[in-house]
Amino acid sequence: MTQTIDEPLVRHIGKLSRIELTDEQVSTFGRQMSAILDYFGKLSELDTDGVEPMAHAVELRNVLADDVPGQSLTPEAALANAPKRDGDFFMVPKVIGDSQ
Amino acid sequence: MSDLTELTAIELADRIAAGDASAEQAARAYLDAIDAREPTVQAYNEVWADRAIEQAKAIDARRAAGQGIGPLGGVPVAVKDNICTTYGRTTCSSKILANFRAPYQATAVDKLEAAGAVVLGKTNLDEFAMGSSTENSGTKPTRNPWDTDRVPGGSSGGSAAAVAARLCAAALGSDTGGSIRQPAAFCGVVGLKPTYGRVSRYGLVAYGSSLDQIGPLARDVADAALLTGVISGHDGRDSTSVPRDVPDMLAELDKPLENLRIGLPREFYSDALDAEINLAIHAAAEAYKDAGAEIVEVSLPHSRIDIDEAGKLSSYAAACYYIVAMAEASSNLARYDSVHFGHRTAERCDDIIELYSRSRAEGFGEEVKRRIMLGTYTLSAGYYDAYYNKALKVRRLIKNDFDAAFERCDVLLCPATPTTAFKLGEKTDDPLTMYLADIYTVSVNLSGLPGLSIPAGLSAAGLPIAMQLIGPVFSEPTLLAAGRMYEKASATSCLAPPMVKG
Repeated sequence: MTQTIDEPLVRHIGKLSRIELTDEQVSTFGRQMSAILDYFGKLSELDTDGVEPMAHAVELRNVLADDVPGQSLTPEAALANAPKRDGDFFMVPKVIGDSQ
Repeated sequence: MSDLTELTAIELADRIAAGDASAEQAARAYLDAIDAREPTVQAYNEVWADRAIEQAKAIDARRAAGQGIGPLGGVPVAVKDNICTTYGRTTCSSKILANFRAPYQATAVDKLEAAGAVVLGKTNLDEFAMGSSTENSGTKPTRNPWDTDRVPGGSSGGSAAAVAARLCAAALGSDTGGSIRQPAAFCGVVGLKPTYGRVSRYGLVAYGSSLDQIGPLARDVADAALLTGVISGHDGRDSTSVPRDVPDMLAELDKPLENLRIGLPREFYSDALDAEINLAIHAAAEAYKDAGAEIVEVSLPHSRIDIDEAGKLSSYAAACYYIVAMAEASSNLARYDSVHFGHRTAERCDDIIELYSRSRAEGFGEEVKRRIMLGTYTLSAGYYDAYYNKALKVRRLIKNDFDAAFERCDVLLCPATPTTAFKLGEKTDDPLTMYLADIYTVSVNLSGLPGLSIPAGLSAAGLPIAMQLIGPVFSEPTLLAAGRMYEKASATSCLAPPMVKG
């Protein structure tokens, strides 16, 4: 399972992760991620045929809350940390272009 | 009056309850200690001096009015800065949350305050709890009070250093792969990672949600037991918190455990382990034997630790842990979008993807970026089965090993760390080497078990050595009692670093 993370792949993963990367990071991360993934490959030594994957150590069931109205965050509290707001709205750059 | 910062939390609470000291005196004693040693140790991101005095005065007023002040009445504590508080900021030691003020408070902090604790401030950590030395903090590196050229461990390094340097009586940390137990070990204090689901994660900033758990760092096992009891319990606001009664953690603490069976996992005693730590833990096993415990050898094959000719460590459990933790992190940290809260780039962005990507590039540190990217990769189409799904299967094998071991013993005795505290800068260039600092602790999180790190003496170089006790799920009372048994026999708890005595 030896996996080399080359520069185009690092850039692709950066894009999927929504993280801009400098050229220097692309090269450093590529090297480091290859070494780490190579280490992860150690798991391929183990035979896991027929083993049920375990996402949680403590068995979880659906946990439902009672349907009781209660106080949630006020708009003011919810917006208090917003880097940019307009009244009761969070501000983002234009999402839909003029030509679309 | 003797220095109140020398007392354990229980001793201090007793004095305040008896009226032999006031909560305000206790708060002031700790604030004085912070003035003296915090510039060297750098354990805190924020110290809440005025608010602590105010809280302490309120406790004193309650007592004067004949009202109960709670089991922690007037005891000054610190809270790791990835646990939300409505007072002050919650930064996770990340630039992306540098000015974040949580709109709600963690249940564990609510419970501490309801029990009368006075919160002194928020402690430093590796950014978003990702690290083993607190060097990944976006704030500053915390120093080990035993040797300021060395790291305090991590990620709860600020909490561990604060407890060791007597900058608080006890503290809250969080443990995803060893982040309470490893810094506790490096700083010579007691640290407990409770059973998954025992303590509410409501208000704990999520890193690896199936692994994260809040727990105490304390001077001794009794203090850890008191804090664990206070913060435990089912919480409707955390759907993974387990609806189960909380036993009195102190009731049976000093009762000698009859017929205690202690298991030594043979895979943990390889050449990978530092010789002095190995010796200290075998001495602890002898002490248990002298106290009437039976020692049995058990096997945890999937947590085996290998060492190659070059001295490099490896283990299936560590590989499994980092795959799971990074996958969960990549998902959890998607919420930092620079829209709802957190750092937003000052540069003009033409579209929202650019806004996300640039803000996150500016706000996250290198290790956080690496983990998000690795998690994104291992979850991506084509690699999901090879990495993430494979890790979940190995996770079951690791847990099955523990289940089998606990059929033959009540608690496991093993190392908490492969070495004593390392030097600042020693491992920062090689992330993989840093990951291996958690090699003895990660299996516990993967399996949801409680793990307790306890001081087991000092090395020849004068650095704390620790041992780890691991129990079955929800066995905290037995686990803590077993720890207490050793603590009383060995007198290795409450050791003060030279800077405190000096």
